[in-house]
Amino acid sequence: MGDLYDSQRAMRNMRKAAMQRGVIAILDIGTSKIACLVLRFDGPESFRAADGIGSLAGQSSFRVIGAATTRSRGVKFGEVDAMQETERAIRTAVQAAQKMANVRVDHVIACISGGRPKSYGLAGAVDIENGLVTDGDIGRVMAACDVPDYGAERDVLHAQPVNFALDHRSGMADPRGQIGNQLTTDMHMLTVDSIALQNIFYCIKRCDLELAGIASSAYASGISSLVEDEQELGAACIDLGGGSTGISVFMKKHMIYSDAVRMGGDHVTSDIAMGLSVSMATAERVKTFYGGVVATGMDDREMIEIGGDTGDYEHDRRTVSRAELIGIMRPRVEEILEEVRMRLDAAGFEHLPSQQIVLTGGASQIPGLDGLASKILGQQVRLGRPLRVQGLPQAAIGPAFSGAVGLTLFAAHPQDEWWDFEIPAEAHPSRSLKRAVRWFKDNW
Amino acid sequence: MQPLNATRRHRALPRDPAPSKWTYKLQRMMLTPGVRGLLRVGVPLALIGIIAVSWYSQEDNRLATVAKYEALKNTVQQRPEFMIAEMVVTGTDEALAAQISAALPMDFPASSFALDLEAMRVAVEALDGVRSARVRLGDAGTLQVDVTPRVAVAIWRDGQNLRLIDEDGVYAGLIAARADRFDLPLIAGEGAQDYIAEALALYRDAKPLHARLRGMVRMGERRWDIVLDRNQRILLPAEGAMAALDRVIVLQQANDLLDRDVLAVDMRNADRPTLKMNTEAAGALRRASQYEAEN
Repeated sequence: MGDLYDSQRAMRNMRKAAMQRGVIAILDIGTSKIACLVLRFDGPESFRAADGIGSLAGQSSFRVIGAATTRSRGVKFGEVDAMQETERAIRTAVQAAQKMANVRVDHVIACISGGRPKSYGLAGAVDIENGLVTDGDIGRVMAACDVPDYGAERDVLHAQPVNFALDHRSGMADPRGQIGNQLTTDMHMLTVDSIALQNIFYCIKRCDLELAGIASSAYASGISSLVEDEQELGAACIDLGGGSTGISVFMKKHMIYSDAVRMGGDHVTSDIAMGLSVSMATAERVKTFYGGVVATGMDDREMIEIGGDTGDYEHDRRTVSRAELIGIMRPRVEEILEEVRMRLDAAGFEHLPSQQIVLTGGASQIPGLDGLASKILGQQVRLGRPLRVQGLPQAAIGPAFSGAVGLTLFAAHPQDEWWDFEIPAEAHPSRSLKRAVRWFKDNW
Repeated sequence: MQPLNATRRHRALPRDPAPSKWTYKLQRMMLTPGVRGLLRVGVPLALIGIIAVSWYSQEDNRLATVAKYEALKNTVQQRPEFMIAEMVVTGTDEALAAQISAALPMDFPASSFALDLEAMRVAVEALDGVRSARVRLGDAGTLQVDVTPRVAVAIWRDGQNLRLIDEDGVYAGLIAARADRFDLPLIAGEGAQDYIAEALALYRDAKPLHARLRGMVRMGERRWDIVLDRNQRILLPAEGAMAALDRVIVLQQANDLLDRDVLAVDMRNADRPTLKMNTEAAGALRRASQYEAEN
């Protein structure tokens, strides 16, 4: 866990360097598209309006100066499948965004949507020595959390303190400077497959970019598409992506649970392709133009040309009714939503005070999805779009970009993570001595 | 059902928008601020420099440049606004002005850029009769030379020459005859020119004797003799010359001492002034005293 701590700290330092240079790129590596946004930071509050209201959600200190989207290649289920192809796709997106921004970016913040994320709730307690909670105590209480055995092939992606309690007082956001005897914390830890993470690291490194941070895409979608009271009172964000569907549950402005269903819009497309025996490209086009999940009588009469280029007239002039298309799409969408329901039930979502569900992501644009989702997930369902950030082009404000927009917010205001606090010195005395000896051996 | 002889038409591959690795690197390099600055400023500057150097390395081009520059300079410098038509000398008399004109040989009209005013000033000040000079470009194309002439206060006989000297003992011109400047005292003797002030003071003091005064001689670079006509001399001491002269003048006014047949009045020893008389006068005196003694 020490290596992870160090690498995350290194990313934080990289982020700091990027802030000093004022330019940072956002890379949303999804299954169906790769989006790259170039942000320019102009220092805090430089876009502040004349009246007294400060920055809202902290996004006003940056501006999007470059944006590019490209078809994703070599990514499956949100994980890198073909390294070369993914690298080329990343290069395409980064180059186009750089060209638009007319500035070179070296630092990039990426997100990972696959990798089988798994949430853990951790608790730690520590006695306060001199009655006053200091920064060191926060580091200590986090180090005191009993970390479960999450497996050798997994890495911690997020480890956020979601709650602090000092003696009998709970629900503290910042216990520093307060007086008490025992400090306890609840921490939310999210782990993903190491291999998926390493592949993304490697892809970005091969594009001559430095990774300045990595976040779960479900988390990023949540912070961009949930409004403030939803984040405060409890809500789930369902990011219906291309290859995977991310779930993140927020409460008190902290993510308390995250998961992913390894199904998404691409599976709907492949169902259409198989059901109508057309190419994936045609299926995608048919899905976006005519797709839906609720059939009406009108849809029986609306015929869709699905075409073909075999040269056989009969084959090439095929048509299907829209009702047929909906009949293919609906079971898969239902399956995805049922799976989401299961994950939310497993997480105990029904115990939250507010059970708002926000659907976002590219696949949430299927007409009629909110009606279907409210039947499966509960009554409080709405379609979410990402927050509006300065300078974002019109083409990139749709729900498909909620992950990318969330990453911009993450870049501007990263939440406190475990690695933002110093590990207490007694946690690694022998190791640091060993490291010093090794340094001497290496250098002398 | 495909034709066998025609080459099979490939289905056009979908256009790959991905940049190659090197295109990507090149674009990133071109977006680097340093490289951009270098290309925007450095390359044009280097190009201009190379062109300038290669052009200038040709001998003909260099000469042409110099010639062109000179021509341009001349057209500006020869403009009538900058031309000097005449020299005006102020503050002095005709004779000195003529000397100054002779000392500054110039063919007018000349451009004011070609004049070295400082050198001209030095040349003018090198003249004997000039105490100080100021040379400047005056109005309406004149060269203005303002001269403060040396005021001669004495004539210094140096061998056969009669030189005028000013109060600093500096040579201020020649005169042909003593009669040219009868108003000035004549001094002579080695080192006399260094003690002009002393000589002038004596001269002023000897005002009652002016009608007879011929000059003052510095003796042994130490003291003064006042020479009157009839080769009479008043020998003054080195110290207290003024007082000694006053005594002689009083004697003259009381007893007409100098109107008598006295060759020299020796005042060098204040306790014992001595008269030197002509041989005849001395003989006559001796005879007179003998006669008195016999009677």
